Amino acid sequence: MEPVTLEIAGRHWTFGSLKELMGKASPMRSGDVTAGCAASCDEERVAAQMLLAEVPLRTFLEEPLIPYEKDEVTRLIVDTHDAAAFAPVKNLSVGEFRNWLLRYETDAAALSALAPGLTPEMVAAVSKVCSNQDLILIASKCRVVTAFRDTIGLPGRLSTRLQPNHATDDLKGIAASMLEGILYGCGDAVIGINPATDSVPMMQELLKLIDELIHRYHIPTQSCVLAHVTNAIEVMRSGTPVDLVFQSIAGTEIANKVFGINLNVLDEAYDAALSLKRGTVGQNVMYFETGQGSALSGRGDWGVDMQTCEARAYAVARRYKPLLVNTVVGFIGPEYLYDGKQIIRAGLEDHFCAKLLGLPMGCDICYTNHAEADQNDMDVLMTCFAAAGLTYQMAIPGGDDVMLGYQTTSYHDIHYVRQVFGKRPAPEFEAWLEEMDLVDARQRLITSKGGNHALIGYQRELVA
Amino acid sequence: MLLSATSANLSPDTWSALKRFTTARIAMGRAGGSLRTANLLDFRLAHARARDAVHAPFSPKVVDAQLGEAGFDFVHAKSTVTDKLDYLLHPERGRILDGDSAEMLLAKSVEWGVRDISIVISDGLSAVAAESHAVAVAKGLRDELGDTFSFYPVVVVPFGRVKIADAVSDILQARLVIILLGERPGLGSPDSLSAYFTYMARNSSVDSDRNCVSNIRPLGMPIPWAVRKLSVLIRESFHRQISGTALKDRLTLDDLQRMLPLN
Repeated sequence: MEPVTLEIAGRHWTFGSLKELMGKASPMRSGDVTAGCAASCDEERVAAQMLLAEVPLRTFLEEPLIPYEKDEVTRLIVDTHDAAAFAPVKNLSVGEFRNWLLRYETDAAALSALAPGLTPEMVAAVSKVCSNQDLILIASKCRVVTAFRDTIGLPGRLSTRLQPNHATDDLKGIAASMLEGILYGCGDAVIGINPATDSVPMMQELLKLIDELIHRYHIPTQSCVLAHVTNAIEVMRSGTPVDLVFQSIAGTEIANKVFGINLNVLDEAYDAALSLKRGTVGQNVMYFETGQGSALSGRGDWGVDMQTCEARAYAVARRYKPLLVNTVVGFIGPEYLYDGKQIIRAGLEDHFCAKLLGLPMGCDICYTNHAEADQNDMDVLMTCFAAAGLTYQMAIPGGDDVMLGYQTTSYHDIHYVRQVFGKRPAPEFEAWLEEMDLVDARQRLITSKGGNHALIGYQRELVA
Repeated sequence: MLLSATSANLSPDTWSALKRFTTARIAMGRAGGSLRTANLLDFRLAHARARDAVHAPFSPKVVDAQLGEAGFDFVHAKSTVTDKLDYLLHPERGRILDGDSAEMLLAKSVEWGVRDISIVISDGLSAVAAESHAVAVAKGLRDELGDTFSFYPVVVVPFGRVKIADAVSDILQARLVIILLGERPGLGSPDSLSAYFTYMARNSSVDSDRNCVSNIRPLGMPIPWAVRKLSVLIRESFHRQISGTALKDRLTLDDLQRMLPLN
């Protein structure tokens, strides 16, 4: 792209490259400021957005922000681009694309058909000119459905990842949180534990713990221990039950190297997980986490803004047809997303971009204790997400993760969303909850008589 | 408890017997599907205390006194961070040694010669964690590994990030560096310490070159267990001349309980 200039009231704002324009058009966040790619003031930011709105979408195909020769994620994006799917919007600029997305006629079918024709850079660009309500409205029109032992992402549904973490991976402690989560109607996306250590034998024990509960009560859900993918490969070789393979991913080759992965390792894990054929209603076997700032944190950003790097991670994710992807939006800390306002904006951007690219996007609606944010900010983001059609959110006792030391959404929070928005869990899981007399037809929790709930046998054995 | 929460209209959770297995906030009951008032306010108080812990200042003198008492030689170094807000907003500055400190360490490195293990201590995001547990872990490591490996004097670096250990190791040309620093406080854990070690850490080292034992505190990973885990891993690290994702932690909690029974 040639340098572009906009004159506003006698002042000239000039942007020398597409990369610079993207960075300066990005809504303000602390990480971009530190990295030096953010606009110097609000007027410059809007000037950049105005010029970005005029950039043709196909420019992003012609001009990679990160060199093709030097980055395997760029090669993945370029080599897998579907020109036929791109055809309906190929002559549009970024600003025209926003209008196109907002048209009444642009529906779920049109957006699904378009997804393979879009690149991360295109969706990142349009997100930068979108308001928060645009991000919500457009995402709400997307439909992304995946399946393993239940079906995730159907209209009117909002699933939960049950996250029963324990500070030292104590099996009874995890079982206690897991049992309560199920009794609160959570866990239809996955029962997923973040282990406290890298220990491979521990990972195997945790997987067996979840697997036993799932199979004993025929719960239509899947297990995951969120260890490094190389541990999962080792564990799969040993014959331990692995439903979903997890990995944190980022949007550049260098950033992924910092995570200790590349596409070859992910390919190997994906093939191994598929070969186990453990899904019953579908074979989406991968689970990825992402988050703005990971590329910058690993010095793999190439001077590209945080949000665009994040969207590029979704190109990595979609190669593997994942069951679940979630941004861990507020986990990274105030040096990247300073406060509740920045976290809310970033969360909505991530969900929007991932959905346009055809991914089953959930969110860890979260913050750390060194950010200027609190649970009220998470209530706002959760409410926005329910409107936007989020695929799943986290569910954890009281919203307090005693292992990772941050706060996310609770077992109780999903009942707020269910009541206000009428959202239901995955249909197979919903039927199971009703069959077990844990919820009524309106998904309200049933107070068990004398504590005699469906899983009382499990509880008694735990206490014994 | 701030408020007594029993009321005929509220639904209790009937599995409170499980609370003894975890510090997670289970069996709180509910008002409709929502948190009861007392639990909502408990949470808010815990968050307030954690935030206050983040902003508490670090007293290197506390660590110095403990190091002296344990018979450690030590030096002080600085990162390029100026104050707490600078530390929170600019992690990069916490990963770099300031020029004077780098020069001082370079001079010291001549005097010390090449040794096996360098221990670095920083407050990180919790001064109370560093002040409470870092020296105990350092002492444990010296006791477990001191007969096989030589140690450098401890380097205390306020406002440090994990990667500043690479800078220290690069200057000293250490064979292995371990940094003990305060984690970001959780709601119930304002005193959690993390230990990250890297074999042949240099400025070019990345996160996947490191191994980590986290949540070191009496109610999380108890210090003797953390020390044992680290010692086993560090011995393997020297033996195989690697660290990071290729070095797997194979000790379970049951193993640790068998080796070092805790009540």
